[in-house]
Amino acid sequence: MKGRQNLLLLLAVVLLAALPLWLVEKPAPDALDAEGKPVEIFGGADGKAQELIGKINPDYQPWFQPLLEPASNEIASLLFALQAALGAGFIGYYLGSAVTREKLKREQEKQVDKARQASASEDNNRGKDAHAG
Amino acid sequence: MEGFLPIEHAVGWSIASAPFVAWGIRSVNRRIRENPEQRMLLGVAAAFTFVLSALKLPSVTGSCSHPTGTGLGAVLFGPAAMAPIGAVVLLFQALLLAHGGLTTLGANLFSMAIVGPFAAYGIFQLARRLKASFAVSIFLAASLADLLTYVTTSVQLAWAFPDPVGGFTVSFLKFAGIFAITQIPLAISEGLLTVVIFNALARFNPQELRDMQVLGKPEAQA
Repeated sequence: MKGRQNLLLLLAVVLLAALPLWLVEKPAPDALDAEGKPVEIFGGADGKAQELIGKINPDYQPWFQPLLEPASNEIASLLFALQAALGAGFIGYYLGSAVTREKLKREQEKQVDKARQASASEDNNRGKDAHAG
Repeated sequence: MEGFLPIEHAVGWSIASAPFVAWGIRSVNRRIRENPEQRMLLGVAAAFTFVLSALKLPSVTGSCSHPTGTGLGAVLFGPAAMAPIGAVVLLFQALLLAHGGLTTLGANLFSMAIVGPFAAYGIFQLARRLKASFAVSIFLAASLADLLTYVTTSVQLAWAFPDPVGGFTVSFLKFAGIFAITQIPLAISEGLLTVVIFNALARFNPQELRDMQVLGKPEAQA
């Protein structure tokens, strides 16, 4: 039940991420924005905000530059992928060990139960013997 | 957004965020000393934020942004714990990825690692008190925390860059149009993903969550 709920939830997340790609209208290939640059979609919201700052206060100059910038977009996506992989790897490790712990615990309980049953039936037999004797 | 926040705002937000980070470090240290077995779960909360803030997702506005992942840790460890965790994530992104920024660190900490987690914690407690189910409470906490983070960002930018004609309000509406509206589907995604991870945690670690008073007794047995 819970398993299916998780599956449905994950499916909803995938849909939420995929729908915009389909819903947002693509700009015409030769469309230009106010500054004469080609219109792009699915750029970062940060970039849009920087544009807006430029519009509100055209005189504003950023007063600090990033110390280290990824050499290219490819390198940037490498680092983002690394960040996600590190996080997901740790979560996977934790869940994996939790599953194993739970399984071992259950097996141990089963064995303890079995041993108890065995000793109980032994006691029973001994009782019978005593009675017979 | 490096250098895009005027220096007095950058300094101001850093001063506002610093005590929360200090409080968070103290509360995390105390918790780990008292319950060393919770160290791994704290790692999971940090890892979740790491993953989600690396996921740049497309939105219906035609631009991309990323979730924050702070709701999970806030519900598990209390709101203050997310301030130092958020600082680690934001520093990683600012130093290595040129994303976010060192000069905007204080402001980003305030919106993502303070406002978001406190909202998540408050909403979770409120929803539980109103007898909402565990999953619904988690969903509301995580998604609204995500959304409020970006509303806060919009307030911060509107404060720094008020519209020459309409002032703060007009400017806020413009920034919110970029950040908050873009964030709506992403916030829903974050809420759903947080429910998924809580389901997994509750399935395999019910005792731990019960000890932390996150799970009530009946849910823990389900």
